[in-house]
Amino acid sequence: MLSKIYSTEIDYLQILDENGELDKALAPKGIDSNTLIEMYKGMSLARAFDAKVLSLQRQGRAVTYAPLLGEEATQIGSAMAMGKNDFFVPAFRQHAVYIARGTPLHLLFLYWKGYEEGDVIPKGVGGTPIIVPVSTQLPHAAGIAFAQKYKGTGNSVVTYVGDGGTSEGDFYEALNFAGVWKIPLIVIIENNGWAISIPRSKQTAAKTLAQKAVEAGINAIQVDGNDVVGVYKATKDAIENSAQGPTVIECLTYRMGLHTTADDPTKYRSDADLEEWKKKDPLLRLKTYLVKNNLWDDGKEKEMAEEQAGRIDKAVEEAERFVPDPKSMFEHVYSFMPDVLKQELDESEAAGFWQG
Amino acid sequence: MMANMVNAINSALEASMKENEDVVLLGEDIGKDGGVFRVTEGLLDKFGEKRVVDTPLAESGIAGTAIGMALAGLHPIPEMQFAGFMFLAFGQLINHASRYRSRTRSSLKVPMVVRTPVSGGVRTLEHHSESPEAYYSHMGGLIVVEPSTPYDAKGLMIKAVRMEDPVIFLEPTKLYRLFKQEVPDEPYEIEIGKAREVSSGDKLSIITYGTMVPLVSEVARKKGVSADIIDLRTINPLDEKAIVDSAKKTGRVLIVHEASLSFGVGAEVAARVAEKAIYELQAPVIRVASNSFPYPFPGYEKYYIPNELKVSKAIDRLLNS
Repeated sequence: MLSKIYSTEIDYLQILDENGELDKALAPKGIDSNTLIEMYKGMSLARAFDAKVLSLQRQGRAVTYAPLLGEEATQIGSAMAMGKNDFFVPAFRQHAVYIARGTPLHLLFLYWKGYEEGDVIPKGVGGTPIIVPVSTQLPHAAGIAFAQKYKGTGNSVVTYVGDGGTSEGDFYEALNFAGVWKIPLIVIIENNGWAISIPRSKQTAAKTLAQKAVEAGINAIQVDGNDVVGVYKATKDAIENSAQGPTVIECLTYRMGLHTTADDPTKYRSDADLEEWKKKDPLLRLKTYLVKNNLWDDGKEKEMAEEQAGRIDKAVEEAERFVPDPKSMFEHVYSFMPDVLKQELDESEAAGFWQG
Repeated sequence: MMANMVNAINSALEASMKENEDVVLLGEDIGKDGGVFRVTEGLLDKFGEKRVVDTPLAESGIAGTAIGMALAGLHPIPEMQFAGFMFLAFGQLINHASRYRSRTRSSLKVPMVVRTPVSGGVRTLEHHSESPEAYYSHMGGLIVVEPSTPYDAKGLMIKAVRMEDPVIFLEPTKLYRLFKQEVPDEPYEIEIGKAREVSSGDKLSIITYGTMVPLVSEVARKKGVSADIIDLRTINPLDEKAIVDSAKKTGRVLIVHEASLSFGVGAEVAARVAEKAIYELQAPVIRVASNSFPYPFPGYEKYYIPNELKVSKAIDRLLNS
């Protein structure tokens, strides 16, 4: 006997296309002009923040940085869909998520200046700090989602991973646990086409990354990741459904900039690719829509840019006022200070080893 | 109650779960099966599937989800079925459990206790007999404990679950059922970072822990030698004071562990003795450990792990130099 025992389909969602046309039938309920303007402002602030850190890094005032240029819609769309008490668990490129969820800007600058104090995210923000080893944050997100179910909070957890991250074992393990536990976890695959120099085509033979959810028995959808409204709707739907279990959302976007400031993309990709994606820029298409519908103009753009630049400069100034205390390295290793560590601390302090 | 180490840890887990409703056990086969060594036996019936969670078979997933639970206010106690399989969770423990606190300046914490059986001598298959304490201790950020008695196992577990740090709790397989001793029914704490004086003597100091504690004690008894025997109990943070005080008292130091010799805990102990007590030593420090290669198949393990003769010869050499 030979019979078909399983088959599946993956939906693709796009609501705001690259020409700024909004599919009103698909647009989520409750999304009004103000929300769209907020989305535009959120993406713009993220882009301005990004440019600022890049510039600081080039001046030697920030450490190696992973720019988000081009991925604003994936991040702002998902972040704005989250409820007040939902949690987010990012990787290392989701600066827009941190900003949109209310992380004080100076903390982000402090992190990118290379200080742990930048990771002291206020409790109410509901986010965990940047995680650098790829995909290892996914099991954490699953554990946090487990705790929500355990405590009956009704809150969801939104986590982020790149296309390269979907090749890691922890990605599959987290999805598998989430499927078995039926926990309120939303996994956003921020598929920006590149894992440093490795294109999506060399990452996996799977037709979509979304379908990797199928192995774990959980829901999946693919979305135009440069369509902030589409990402918003997919995330909102997933959160509303999260009491039934997890969802994977693959967002198709493009890393228009560098992997990090240590990277030179001209070594491995063509300008032609980038030019194609510039036409699909997430900010451009929303601005086109807003202008066309008399919701936005040059005056508003200028006013917004000035306000955001002011906020950013103020935050940079605050971060640059920070004075590190080497003692803090010793004080937060354990809940107590072991004698062996105390000896090392005392030696450093007494001998004046901490210079500069 | 009279308890072996399995009973003692089981009793500590039960007490911890009663005391703190955020305590969750998770791992492979820990529910109905009670774990492959039966350490969690009966806890599913007492606390239900919500708090005794049989997980999919994935060590990194177990460690990583436990970290997430801990970040969100639970106090998970994941069981790793064997220390040899636990290396698949090494990245999660070393990269994340160890440093969430320091990298967030204590704004996030990872209160959890990772339990795993360690060491050999019980003729098991490959990857069931590793002694990984040095790996977990080396970087810092993880507390590493390894009891050698039922009494210490219960007290250390109770204490570990009352702390807000990530603790690697190593349970020597060989000692699980080796002997019983009187263990209080009620919860009690053994301080983390404090060694135990197994016996007091003045001819030499033997610094040891885990499976080697009963072996060393037996050799010292048979030889009738007056030895300070120190069971470290906590590997990280090391009880340097207990080690150095004893070294100064006896002037002769023997270090015995089952983990392989090179780059092991013995090297750390010997270095601290050298730094703090070298002028009080009457003889060079001697280390007795398993050989410096991966753990052999069970047919060969009796030639690999330190035995009574090896310890005895080392004591003779130390006393005669």
